[in-house]
Amino acid sequence: MKVGYFPGCSLHSTAREYEESLRAVVAALDIQLEEVHDWACCGATSAHSTNHLLSVALPARTLLQAEKQKLQRILAPCAACFNRLASARHALTQDEKIAARVQSILGSDFANSVGIVSIAELLREVTATIRQKATSPLTGLKIACYYGCLLVRPREVCSFDDAEVPNSLESIVSATGATPVKWSMALECCGGGFSLSITGSVVRLGRMILQSAIDAGAQAIVVACPMCHSNLDFRQHAMNGRNGAGKSMPIMFISELVGLSLGLDPAQLGLDRHFVSPSLLLDQIGAVKTAQNRGEGA
Amino acid sequence: MSRIGVFICHCGENIAGTVDCARVAQALGELPGVVHAIDYKYMCSDPGQSLIKQAIREKHLDGVVVGACSPHMHEKTFRKAAAGAGLNPFLCEMANLREHCSWIHEDREGATEKAIGLGRFIVEKIKFNRPLLPIFIPVEHRALVIGGGIAGIQAALDIADGGHEVVLVEKEPSIGGHMSQLSETFPTLDCSQCILTPRMVEIRQHPRIKLLTYSEVESVEGYIGNFHVKIRKKARSIDDALCNGCGECQKHCPNNKIPSEFDQGLGKRTAIYVPFPQAVPNIPVIDRANCAFFKGRAKGVKKAVCGRCRDTCGRHAINFDEQDSFVTEHVGAIIVATGYQLYSVGKKQDSELLQGYGEYGYGEIPDVIDGLQFERLASASGPTGGKILRPSDQKEPKTVVFLQCIGSRDPAKGIEYCSKICCMYVAKHTMLFHHKVHDGKAIVFYMDIRAGGKGYDEFVRRAIEENHALYLRGRVSRMYRNGDTIRVHGFDTLSGEQMVIDADMVVLASAMRSQPGIASLAQKLSVSYDQHGFINEAHPKLRPVETNTAGVFVAGACQAPRDIPDSVAMASAAASKVLGLFSKELLEREPLIAHVDTARCAACFHCERVCPYGAIIRKEIKDGRGRLIKIAAEVNPGVCQGCGTCQATCPSKSVELDGFTDEQIYAAVNAI
Repeated sequence: MKVGYFPGCSLHSTAREYEESLRAVVAALDIQLEEVHDWACCGATSAHSTNHLLSVALPARTLLQAEKQKLQRILAPCAACFNRLASARHALTQDEKIAARVQSILGSDFANSVGIVSIAELLREVTATIRQKATSPLTGLKIACYYGCLLVRPREVCSFDDAEVPNSLESIVSATGATPVKWSMALECCGGGFSLSITGSVVRLGRMILQSAIDAGAQAIVVACPMCHSNLDFRQHAMNGRNGAGKSMPIMFISELVGLSLGLDPAQLGLDRHFVSPSLLLDQIGAVKTAQNRGEGA
Repeated sequence: MSRIGVFICHCGENIAGTVDCARVAQALGELPGVVHAIDYKYMCSDPGQSLIKQAIREKHLDGVVVGACSPHMHEKTFRKAAAGAGLNPFLCEMANLREHCSWIHEDREGATEKAIGLGRFIVEKIKFNRPLLPIFIPVEHRALVIGGGIAGIQAALDIADGGHEVVLVEKEPSIGGHMSQLSETFPTLDCSQCILTPRMVEIRQHPRIKLLTYSEVESVEGYIGNFHVKIRKKARSIDDALCNGCGECQKHCPNNKIPSEFDQGLGKRTAIYVPFPQAVPNIPVIDRANCAFFKGRAKGVKKAVCGRCRDTCGRHAINFDEQDSFVTEHVGAIIVATGYQLYSVGKKQDSELLQGYGEYGYGEIPDVIDGLQFERLASASGPTGGKILRPSDQKEPKTVVFLQCIGSRDPAKGIEYCSKICCMYVAKHTMLFHHKVHDGKAIVFYMDIRAGGKGYDEFVRRAIEENHALYLRGRVSRMYRNGDTIRVHGFDTLSGEQMVIDADMVVLASAMRSQPGIASLAQKLSVSYDQHGFINEAHPKLRPVETNTAGVFVAGACQAPRDIPDSVAMASAAASKVLGLFSKELLEREPLIAHVDTARCAACFHCERVCPYGAIIRKEIKDGRGRLIKIAAEVNPGVCQGCGTCQATCPSKSVELDGFTDEQIYAAVNAI
């Protein structure tokens, strides 16, 4: 299976481990990623909070590039990128006026023929393969699946899963052998881009999410968004307070979890790049040995 | 040569304002075969009708054309006038010069020309009209009532008290319906069981009512006055002639952990059970899916796995080998009163049109219950003996949040309509809660309060003012478990504030839906239903309890969401329609029906396939010595509604519709 690939800004920078783990996992699952040439920023959040036309035209340019490459669909692993691309595609099919204006801006024939998949949708398609190739099934591991705001909403745009009771991540987690827990905060907001401007709110929201996962008995939270990851991982120190009270909860990308079940090297999956170390967890599932070796190798 | 009279009505200014009526009369008077043509201010008035009668007598007319309003309005009037002067009423027809001409045009010249055209159309048609005689069909003076809830009970009793026999069919083991599950009823707070059970007993004891419980309608044949209804009596596994309802069998049944349907899953029952103590008839039924004996038999175990009920029954009434049986009832009228089901708001839905409400956690969080479950909690005969105790830990909830319009008025979830009863029963629930938990707090999220009805709005005000229910206008976005409580996120649109409430229990006022089997029943009865499965009435205002199939009537919540007073009123209305039908020995019908020319019929039976009323029958044509020559189609005059579909379909043109024969239509069309 060949899928187009839109990394967006973060997978090449702050979320390197997301790309590393993603590339390792798709290779193991026989999925080829073809990066869109000369892709542009998806526009989040600056474009859609200031100019609607720009917020459609920016992703449309990327979609046009993909169309020229004859890609049928592209994977946008970042939830915000996915949401912006899918929203723009949706707007172009629904709003003729916008479609005409964007066409003139692009200055090229654009059929809007490229589909956009999130990582949850893509991996859900191959759960059978994951289950089959899982050499180190994560049996007994309890995982809280965190969707955040952008992965499954709005309903019309992200129709691959239910907007209120989604279960795509849960079905992937089940395929790895781990057990998804039932919890209440899977769709809450992590604070997103306010991480830098209104840090207090982000910490408060994150604390609530973390506590709910702990109450539900989860040992780790799985995410599919670089922003969610950094808010829950990097800000966890602040959430636990100055005296360091509270439990540390590893935050993993869904690709990392799938990678672990496929028996991939934790270092190759970028698991050593997190602020909250998953090493205790890795110990528990017996995936520890190569992670320690990374320092020597590098 | 015909002798036709033409009568053009001015309808005051309604027609004459746009159409030159005198010119229309003059032009039509010149047509061949027309011997009399006049115009008059009000043809439908007494003097106007007299003009028609006089002309028929004096000029020996053999056809009358009235150019006036729509035939829907006055065809009956003019046909009666014509009949009064000795003319066959079907030789009188109307040209619609009002709705089809004067009301929709402004140009006087053009409108007058069109009126002449419309008149000529009918004049040419009427030249081929034949006198028709009304059809009389016998009426079987017995009624079938489908559904033993309050609507069915009321209808059955009214008809039986009116002197006619009634067959009452109920699919559950007992009659009583949803009303028997309710605790108290609005707006008077009288106990539901106390007013219902005497009526249930009356049904059982009435000499003219035949009660068939645990039974369903299998098939329906026939037409108004003559229905043959096959009814499946499901196997109870109990001989109802022997059983005296002592209840010993239930005490000994080892399988006593089955969620009780009557208690909406909040209580438990045994595998052999009577749904509730006041059940009518008080005869148990074995739930074969949950009975150890039948489960063992299904697995092929030779020895009986269990048989305790049979061993304890002193009257030997238990019969494990009973099979479903069938009875056929001959009835003249049918009342459909199958009631409703509640929208089960969980994520899983039986229909693709419904989305469910995953965000409310119904089915996941035990303390999120629906309205009927709250009724059972509040009922003295319920699983908690009338104490309000929440299902998860049997503790008394102090803060209860009620959500209105769950499913109702929410096109995104598949239902646009208002369920009508929820505003009232939520107000009632807050009162019952306050009466039983004095220090409790009831909070209601509503969209609008719709309390139209006698004493209804006063009732809601009482809930708010005397029972201190807190009404918040807004919706709830989501709920989740928060330790012992349920955290409810809502929005109060009046204060503009986000509300976060930690509730001990949440009650969802979920929508009323049609019964699951309604589509198949409606098809058996040839009655139509709307996109939500509610039976369509013949006219929303003027024929509310009739259906589009003659002889089939409708009552209660199977037609639309209804409360108890409305259902009872409707049931009595339907019963009075049935009694009206039964007041005659023979039923008179308009003779505008189809006829098959059996000599020409090629027996392809296309007509049979397209007939929406099932009026085509297959007739054997025999010669003098009784040998079969052919099979041909024939129209059952009792069933045919004169729609003409068969006439249009017949490839060999062997079907004619009286009053609208091909000859008539061609003559009319050629006149334009």
